[in-house]
Amino acid sequence: MAEAMLEVDDLHAWYGESHILHGVKFNIAKGEVVTLLGRNGAGKTTTMKSIMGIVGNRKGSIAFEGTETIGLPSHKIARLGLAFCPEERGIFASLDVKENLMLPPQVAPGGLAIDTIFELFPNLRERLSSQGTKLSGGEQQMLAIGRILRTGAKLLLLDEPTEGLAPVIVQQIGATIRRLKKDGFTILLVEQNFRFAATVADRHYVMEHGHIVDEFANRDLDANMDKLHEYLGV
Amino acid sequence: MPDIFGIPPQALFGQLLLGLINGAFYAQLSLGLAIIFGLLNIINFTHGAQYMMGAFVAWMLLNWLGLGYWWALVAAPVVVGAFGILIERTMLRHLYKLDHLYGLLLTFGIALIVQGLFRDQFGSTGLPYRIPAELRGGTDLGFMFMPNYRGWVVVVSLVVCFGTWFVIEKTKLGSYLRAATENPALVQSFGVNVPRMVMLTYGFGVGLAAFTGVLAAPIYQVSPLMGADIIIVVFAVVVIGGMGSILGSILTGFGLGIVEGLTKVFYPEASSTVIFVVMVIVLLIKPAGLFGRAR
Repeated sequence: MAEAMLEVDDLHAWYGESHILHGVKFNIAKGEVVTLLGRNGAGKTTTMKSIMGIVGNRKGSIAFEGTETIGLPSHKIARLGLAFCPEERGIFASLDVKENLMLPPQVAPGGLAIDTIFELFPNLRERLSSQGTKLSGGEQQMLAIGRILRTGAKLLLLDEPTEGLAPVIVQQIGATIRRLKKDGFTILLVEQNFRFAATVADRHYVMEHGHIVDEFANRDLDANMDKLHEYLGV
Repeated sequence: MPDIFGIPPQALFGQLLLGLINGAFYAQLSLGLAIIFGLLNIINFTHGAQYMMGAFVAWMLLNWLGLGYWWALVAAPVVVGAFGILIERTMLRHLYKLDHLYGLLLTFGIALIVQGLFRDQFGSTGLPYRIPAELRGGTDLGFMFMPNYRGWVVVVSLVVCFGTWFVIEKTKLGSYLRAATENPALVQSFGVNVPRMVMLTYGFGVGLAAFTGVLAAPIYQVSPLMGADIIIVVFAVVVIGGMGSILGSILTGFGLGIVEGLTKVFYPEASSTVIFVVMVIVLLIKPAGLFGRAR
């Protein structure tokens, strides 16, 4: 395998007194799309927030392109070229769509042009002056993804981008992720919907109780279906 | 000119102007409180003391260093704002994630200490501060005689308030501020140095209080208790306008100043309580305040 872009090793994280992550270990190579699968409460979102530095209380090692980030504040981590799209989408109600879209500062050269983002998500162009939270759920998701494509970040952390969306929107998001991969983005995806994950990902990790418990390539998904059903309880 | 509602127009407009002046101070102080509360989640009870410090810095600059009003307008906000940043760095930042009550107690305690120190040093009687030479005298507007300094205060205050509103609502910097008020962790994860922004915002809010203090120095006297007197009314203004609303605090500040002025004309006995009566009525009808969003 190529050298890892992101290398997570023995990651522990806490929310207050509760110990959520117990030594998470995985890696992502440049250009890969990797998913974290697992049930609710397995620690997938906490893993993402730990990588971004949003969870303050964390230990272990998170190396991005060789730089250790475990001791860095969130804004310095972002400046290395990582961007996060939260599960709740995080669209700001006091900002209009354009302000939401333009909010994240550029962290590196080479982000997508605004016209390319409108090409991916034509709906956004029509709604630029609407209040951010007046958009439909699907449009909010497009806005949440669109705004981190401008910044030049090369590793995107997408937390359940398809949650609660209509099938046609899910397809559009899937097409977007494949397009982004082709454009050279590296993507870590948290998903509960492994059927969707299978259409976009190269590799899957399975999380349980704050550990990575399994890993397989997307092409081996069929062979691992029984195991996966057991992990996810579906 | 004929009387208006049985009141001589000179008296009516005079009180209206006085109301507008008070309103200008209410608006600037409640604006600072609203910005600080929005981003820091702290009810800044030191605000009155910081307003008082602004007036005292102006007085000290003049009497100790011979630097006049125009220097004070620039220097006092910087000096007092720096004092605010020191408080933020060393104390306030440890309280953001706790209940409002902790920030309130800390800032109230600091206010008492600061006021005590100034009273110990300067006594409780007011110290005079002269209107700068350029703004002495008055202008006959036809319907009333307006002291130039008062007109200046109203104009400057309008410019400062709406300038601040413009920056917050219409600029890129303001979009960071609004977004960080909603979800600071996410804004920081985009690469914005939110802790620094919070620190500078507190410095700005405090500086605005000091600036107001300099404007007020020639109108009221410079006294250690001037902040404690006005801040109670300002908190009522904030509650009426809706905690955290920028435009709300500006409009409510000016509006209530005028209401107070008119009350002095028509029913002087109620002039010191009318704002609190309005507060009670507003809280009964709209608990989140006139411009507040229920959270």
